[in-house]
Amino acid sequence: MVCTTQHVIAAMRAAVRAVSENRDELVELDRAIGDGDHGENMERGFLAVDTQLRLVSPGTPAAVLKTTATSLISSVGGAAGPLFGTAFLRAATAAGERETLDGAAVAALLRAALDGVTARGRAERGDKTMVDALAVAVEAAERTADEGTGPIGVLRSAATAADSGARETIPLVARKGRASYLGERSAGHLDPGARSVALLLHAFAETGGDR
Amino acid sequence: MRVGLVVVSHSASLSEGVVEVVGQMAPDVRVNAAGGLPGGGTGTDFEATSAALAASDTGSGVVLLYDLGSARMTAELAVEALADPNTAVVAEAPLVEGAVAAAVAAQGGQGLEAVVEAAERATGAEEPEGGEAVSTEGLSPEAYRAESELILANEVGLHARPAALLARTLTGVEAAVTVSCGENSADARSVLGVMGLGARKGDRISLRATGPEAELALRRITELVERNFDE
Repeated sequence: MVCTTQHVIAAMRAAVRAVSENRDELVELDRAIGDGDHGENMERGFLAVDTQLRLVSPGTPAAVLKTTATSLISSVGGAAGPLFGTAFLRAATAAGERETLDGAAVAALLRAALDGVTARGRAERGDKTMVDALAVAVEAAERTADEGTGPIGVLRSAATAADSGARETIPLVARKGRASYLGERSAGHLDPGARSVALLLHAFAETGGDR
Repeated sequence: MRVGLVVVSHSASLSEGVVEVVGQMAPDVRVNAAGGLPGGGTGTDFEATSAALAASDTGSGVVLLYDLGSARMTAELAVEALADPNTAVVAEAPLVEGAVAAAVAAQGGQGLEAVVEAAERATGAEEPEGGEAVSTEGLSPEAYRAESELILANEVGLHARPAALLARTLTGVEAAVTVSCGENSADARSVLGVMGLGARKGDRISLRATGPEAELALRRITELVERNFDE
């Protein structure tokens, strides 16, 4: 009941597919309250991740996460690049030299990712950003991990919580990012960054079969 | 060597424009632009920012200025990726005013911390009365006060380059200097403030200096004006 390097690579590949399949939805969400490039940016970023993972064949979970981070940072362009990039970088640092990840390690990685995103974007919960999805996901992951659940169970609970965290951004007025320029008009729309967080966590959770 | 600068922007032309303005005022400062995406769209590019950071590094440190939110994040990431992240600082400053203030400070040979401070103090607004704090303790008023009037004879008046020269000539001089033209006054060290006076050829400017080296400050400015700002 642990994630190996191969599982982490499979998880990243699943994320590449999920982002491509949901690109249009992300474009639509971002068009409503941002500049409409989030879907394109995320797709370009994860296609670069796919390419790099094939090129470098990383040998540890941390190396996979770091390759993902640097690919996103180098290719996304919009705010999602440095934000998701920082999330994966911090997760890589938290993974350290580990060869495999258990449920508690996955929860710790998610916590590190959240801390990184919060520091980089200076956003708090309730600002209508990806933090709203990621913060509740981390709390759910930590609760599930404390019960001794394996990595996939932890990711599943994180993904489900991220869905509700993302949905809760709908009535909020944005206080960070491009959407904040809209003020009250940003209310009534799902935040694209929060939606992306939920998409990625679902993709990660679906990669491990019954582990 | 002088502190270098990097201008991080969502737009290539915006970042290059800032570099152009800055280059005119601080010819010996290494300033590089990192604007737009590699394909030509708007956005910020980590690789370009890292490359600009390397190109601006003289060994004395680099100050990065940015336009909007995600440019700050990209700038911060580029700094964190350096072998020694302490050699570069992302300044929390308005892009144009901050870049100009930082460049003038760097041109004057100031260190990394002082250049960051110059950028972050720049608001584009007029300095409060009295300008920067200079200790006048233990001095009689006569000892630290000086005034004079000059007529501008150079072609462009107190335009960008002369204003930058004015600020530079006061580097290291212990005196606060106010320049006035007609109704308007500005801190002589604020390039944008001095430009904002709109003083042209033939205009009369008055100078008021306070501080231990008030006389020296006025002497330097007078020489500069008499040399027609080396035009």
